[in-house]
Amino acid sequence: MIHKIVMSILLTLALPTTGYGLEIQEVTSPDGIKAWLVEDHSIPFTALEIEFNGGAALEELDNFGAAYFLVGMFEEGAGDLDAAAFQRRQQELAADYSFNAYQESLTVSVKFLTENKDESINLLRLALERPRFDQDRMELVRNQILAVLARRQNDLDDIASDRINELSYGNHPFGRPLEGTIETVQSLTREDLEEFRQQALTRGGIIVAAAGDITAAELGKLLDNLFAGLPITTPEPVVEPDYLLDGGITVIEYPSPQSTVFFKHKGILRDDPDFLTAYVMNEILGSGSYSSRLKEEVREKRGLTYGIASYIGAYSNSGFLSGRFATDNNSVVEAIEIVKSEWQRLAEEGVTETELNQVKTYLIGAYPLRFDGNSRIASILAGMQSDRLPVSYVRNRNSYVDALTVEDINRVATRLLHPDELHFVVVGQPKGLN
Amino acid sequence: MINRLCLLVGVLVFLLPQVSFSAQKITEYMLINGLQLVVIEDHRTPAVLQMLWYRVGGSDGPPGKSGLAHYVEHLMFKGTERFGPKVYTRTVENLGGYDNAFTSYDYTAYIQRIAADHLETIMELEADRMTGLLLSEEDIETERSVVLEERSLRTDTNPSALLNEQMNAALYLNHPYSLPVIGWRHEIEQLSREDIFDFYHHHYAPNNAVLIIAGDVDPAEVFRLANKHYGKIPRKSDIFPRSRPADPPHIASRRLVFKDERVANPYLLRNYLATERNPGSQRKAASLVLLAALLANDGVNSYLKRKLETEQKIALYTDAYYSSTTLDKRSFGVIVMPTDPTKMQEAEVALDEAIEEFLKDGVDAGQLDRIKKAVHAEWIYEQDSVQSVAQRIGQELIVGLTLKDIAEWPDILQSITPTEILDTATELFQLKNSVTGWVVKEEAQS
Repeated sequence: MIHKIVMSILLTLALPTTGYGLEIQEVTSPDGIKAWLVEDHSIPFTALEIEFNGGAALEELDNFGAAYFLVGMFEEGAGDLDAAAFQRRQQELAADYSFNAYQESLTVSVKFLTENKDESINLLRLALERPRFDQDRMELVRNQILAVLARRQNDLDDIASDRINELSYGNHPFGRPLEGTIETVQSLTREDLEEFRQQALTRGGIIVAAAGDITAAELGKLLDNLFAGLPITTPEPVVEPDYLLDGGITVIEYPSPQSTVFFKHKGILRDDPDFLTAYVMNEILGSGSYSSRLKEEVREKRGLTYGIASYIGAYSNSGFLSGRFATDNNSVVEAIEIVKSEWQRLAEEGVTETELNQVKTYLIGAYPLRFDGNSRIASILAGMQSDRLPVSYVRNRNSYVDALTVEDINRVATRLLHPDELHFVVVGQPKGLN
Repeated sequence: MINRLCLLVGVLVFLLPQVSFSAQKITEYMLINGLQLVVIEDHRTPAVLQMLWYRVGGSDGPPGKSGLAHYVEHLMFKGTERFGPKVYTRTVENLGGYDNAFTSYDYTAYIQRIAADHLETIMELEADRMTGLLLSEEDIETERSVVLEERSLRTDTNPSALLNEQMNAALYLNHPYSLPVIGWRHEIEQLSREDIFDFYHHHYAPNNAVLIIAGDVDPAEVFRLANKHYGKIPRKSDIFPRSRPADPPHIASRRLVFKDERVANPYLLRNYLATERNPGSQRKAASLVLLAALLANDGVNSYLKRKLETEQKIALYTDAYYSSTTLDKRSFGVIVMPTDPTKMQEAEVALDEAIEEFLKDGVDAGQLDRIKKAVHAEWIYEQDSVQSVAQRIGQELIVGLTLKDIAEWPDILQSITPTEILDTATELFQLKNSVTGWVVKEEAQS
């Protein structure tokens, strides 16, 4: 009848939970580099998350796209190793490096096996300090980026996103795509990339988080080695942009049975005392991962979309509320009206006690489940530092959420939500809009 | 680099070599009603993941009713007789949990992740909707509209997805893998309440499912709870091993050209019919996993990238992919995006020549060893996410592999020889077993 097979017991034994009892160590290396660490020795690898303080926003008019191009070259050869040799070496070590460019940072996500810790870090150091920019690899990557640019002009989401950024921030770096323009990508030289590398990859303002099979002392030593060759300078802060976007609708004609709609208005900064309240308010209004009002009204009740979500977001010096959905060309007008009326309803009538209690139990219950594995933990810890939150935030965050009242949410809703200021960018062939 | 390149073509995920068994402890049970239960212990986070996998997917519907399995998956969130409408997601959310579902050719799966002490609640809910589905007319119509919007979003607005749909339809002569999982639009529009409930009543049963519980749990307690909530559901007597219409031998290669004004970068794609992992017989599939890595998933050192991107510079981008874990024969694919968009024919010739040369040159033993090391490391990295482990094991079990097969898979991968790879490649690369597709830009008419 009931039979039971116990399979393979090659297990690593259960260790202290890293969940809500998460123990974050603040590490300072002998050379003074600060990092956050969660030790967990149950799997023989470490995840390391590094954020350099300079991103694409450091670019000037003539080198747009340098950050994006640069991160594309980090695995294309360094020092004495050409691309083929570099990648062979990386594979022998089974080290995993992922380089990304953002407006205000360049990031490196690393995974390395404990047995190859030092060699994996030496190879990464070589990539960061002495990328080769060999001509044939540069030309291939350049052509790939040009292909990405061509694709972006044919992707509804990218068209909408590029346009709404441009309308919001104009000539400010936040207004332009990370990938650059056809002209700048065609003209960028190895000297441009090297110059940008020196400007952006510095120890000033660097953020480091690690999780996994490593001790504080080992981490300190590792970081001193990894960053020894980088200057101690700090990149120039990004100039504060003007937020240029007024309420309205912009239509971009594109052949498609469905339209993609992005919407946005001004928001608040991450260090604003109302930020967490605004975040909770938005969960009720438009969270994509929760039964929010927008999801209920646009998808569940009317079947007008597969997905709709709104977000609260912020650069270091400019905050915004934004959102997106896609819907049949025939229902764009109706869906936009629903978004505006939900914006207005929340601003004017606020939330109910029940709604707030529901979202609280959801957020409070879900929070400890985030700290799930070394990679996730390292990434969250880097994000917290980037948001200038203290280590104690992990412990206290749920009590902050729990303390919020209907009055708090409603006050912030009135402060933040302005339906008339919402700007919608529609890409497609929407009926009833010009 | 990899992310950007996938974005370029917008096809399929980058398939890493499948690697197996984690250090998580795995316990298997069989309930008396035929429900297979697998518990994966991972005590690092106080969370639990429930995944209920049904042995029914997009390729198991009645003829003329494509998309039915996926439509039913959407409707499963609408409510049950016992708990009433719409409680499902709300209940999970009120406990801080997350829920979702997905449908593929071979399976339909429901997933929740929640604090470990709420396991019983989500088991009760999931067991209840195995038999108690309740749907109003409005639910059916509203959700049909959502599904059609999903089809527009994923397929109709995306030339690469449209090409893939056409490629599949051309690859299979008889097997229902030719049908899109989401369904053809004209058939989604016609699916009726009767279709939905026939399908549901026929396929949703404990003896047609695999339950995976992964996370901070005690197997014996999970077994007790599973018996309490799932154990009382009677088995269905008319559930048989799946047997789908099979293809006759393929005797003619097929070609298609898809023109769309929304194409940014023309490229070509070739899919070959390829064998999959089978119980007790996984060596060919393992060879194909390694073949894909040798050809294009090994960075600049990949054979095709080296030949076509670095040496001949005829390609801007190349890729190879293979899905090993399916019920029936799937495909092995290669992609070439030419540097010069007007040189599709030249790129295709260069691809064919490169494949010929590969078959002549044989496998670079050093490269194969490095790839095997990377495969082994992926196994270690995968353990970091119990969700990834559960997802993989679920997919392996649902296509009929056993825990024994799953446990053997990593060793099989490590034991594959260059000769085996070459033999498998020679058998694979026959044009008569393939479809070649070009996706090119159609100039807009003014």
